[in-house]
Amino acid sequence: MTAFDTVVHLVYLACATAFVAGLHLMNAPATARRGNQVSAAGMGVAILTTVAVLVNNGEINAYAAWALGLGTAAGAVAGLVAARVVRMTAMPQLVSLFNAVGGGAAALIALGEHPATTQAEVTGVLDVLIGAVTFSGSLIASGKLAGRVPGRPLIVPFGRVVSLALIVFAAVMAVLVIGFDGGAPALWGAAVAALIGGVLLTLPIGGADMPVVISLLNAFTGTAVAMAGFVLESTPLIIAGALVGAAGAILTKLMADAMNRPISAIMAGGYGTGDAIAVTAGTGSAPVREITADDAAIQLAYAGRVVIVPGYGLAAAQAQHEAVALAQALTAHGVEVSYAIHPVAGRMPGHMNVLLAEANAPYEQLADLEESNPGFPRTDVVLVIGANDVTNPAARRPGNPVSGMPILDVDKAKSVIVIKRSLGHGYAGIDNELYTDPRTAMLFADAKAGLSALLTGLSAYAR
Amino acid sequence: MSPLLLADLTVFTLALLVGFEVISKVPATLHTPLMSGANAIHGVVLVGVMLLAATISTPAGYALLAVAAFFGAMNVAGGYVVTDRMLAMFRSRS
Repeated sequence: MTAFDTVVHLVYLACATAFVAGLHLMNAPATARRGNQVSAAGMGVAILTTVAVLVNNGEINAYAAWALGLGTAAGAVAGLVAARVVRMTAMPQLVSLFNAVGGGAAALIALGEHPATTQAEVTGVLDVLIGAVTFSGSLIASGKLAGRVPGRPLIVPFGRVVSLALIVFAAVMAVLVIGFDGGAPALWGAAVAALIGGVLLTLPIGGADMPVVISLLNAFTGTAVAMAGFVLESTPLIIAGALVGAAGAILTKLMADAMNRPISAIMAGGYGTGDAIAVTAGTGSAPVREITADDAAIQLAYAGRVVIVPGYGLAAAQAQHEAVALAQALTAHGVEVSYAIHPVAGRMPGHMNVLLAEANAPYEQLADLEESNPGFPRTDVVLVIGANDVTNPAARRPGNPVSGMPILDVDKAKSVIVIKRSLGHGYAGIDNELYTDPRTAMLFADAKAGLSALLTGLSAYAR
Repeated sequence: MSPLLLADLTVFTLALLVGFEVISKVPATLHTPLMSGANAIHGVVLVGVMLLAATISTPAGYALLAVAAFFGAMNVAGGYVVTDRMLAMFRSRS
């Protein structure tokens, strides 16, 4: 090993350390931004070092250098522009898009490398399969989140048969690559099968299961990048890929636990719709109590302690600024306000937290499930904004679709106000018993309009 | 198994364990930035694309290389910037 190689290896090691240190700093909101900057600095150094390697080796030909340079420049511009202009409400689809291109790049590495050794063949096949599934799967997920692909579960005719055939085909291609030196044609065959597989995997999954799915796809990309590292025998790729794989796996498990549904059942899909707006306002027997915005505002103004429970309805209506404005107005009026956030509220892990942070809600006021639940019995008013299944007391009983799901115990508060467009069902497709609870009042409105009306009411009555 | 593969597997396994250890403590408030930041870290795939470039010498290869470089650079640049934008919004009570 030459002195140059040694230095390069040591610098790569320092970069990997920066990734770990950066992730470690993400453990607290106060240091998280610095953590991301440390990680970015490590990435910058890794890229510059690789430029030095290319120049020093001198193996790259002029055409390849141009292809690399132009591709990188165009990609960087596209990424920067997308990252600068995206609205916070469009964050889930952008994160998913960046995940897709990462997986795509990893798959292309194995396709371009023409693996020769058995190690490179095995990891190359894995890289192509996982990377291609992630690429197409994340693009579909991104499309669903952006509303370009219908968010409801799309059942593909004979989907299971086709999936099975694709798995068999991909396995045959893998055997051809590894055992019979099938080379590029077999690898491309595996890639095509995996691309179709990724589409079939994500189409049947409904909107509210998205936090699980995009966490899982994130873990997939990490794994694909690590496999690309095995193909190229490049340690930084292996380390970074493994770190991301671990992060994605942890989030996937947290999200699946928060829904009390096994990952296998979520990936099988076809469950619920999440985005459905049922027009029928019938929960059958029990009556619901309606409340006007003015009455609700007075009730809030005279409360000692208010907890706001946001859900996907808040994100869909882009009502985060109104929610925080209301919280600030109540705080100014002497009311103690906090937010209770369920782990799977919204469409990606931590979705509500980002939206509320954008609207300047201090992060100390954002409490998770475990922190929030003990406080509900001494809460005067819970304001539920566009959240449904995560508040359904039926989850405490066995024998229904939400059984066993950890919920926010909003029904233990002294009173509850629910802002909702209709009595439509949530993702699980069942009635929410909270709405017929005698202590619950319904304010039928879109989240944005409802919150604005509350604010108006508050400023009129609560001086 | 070659010694090289064994060394790579060791690194991979230990990095996974480090990842689990470091990330399992991240609070729910930071789940989105964590995912987005992890997303940016797998942008290291661009380094892999650059290493691949040294071995490419066919027209089809150049096309594949350009696409891979586009994807990788978009991942790394966009990922870090969007995560920074998100984290800049997380403020303490002032």
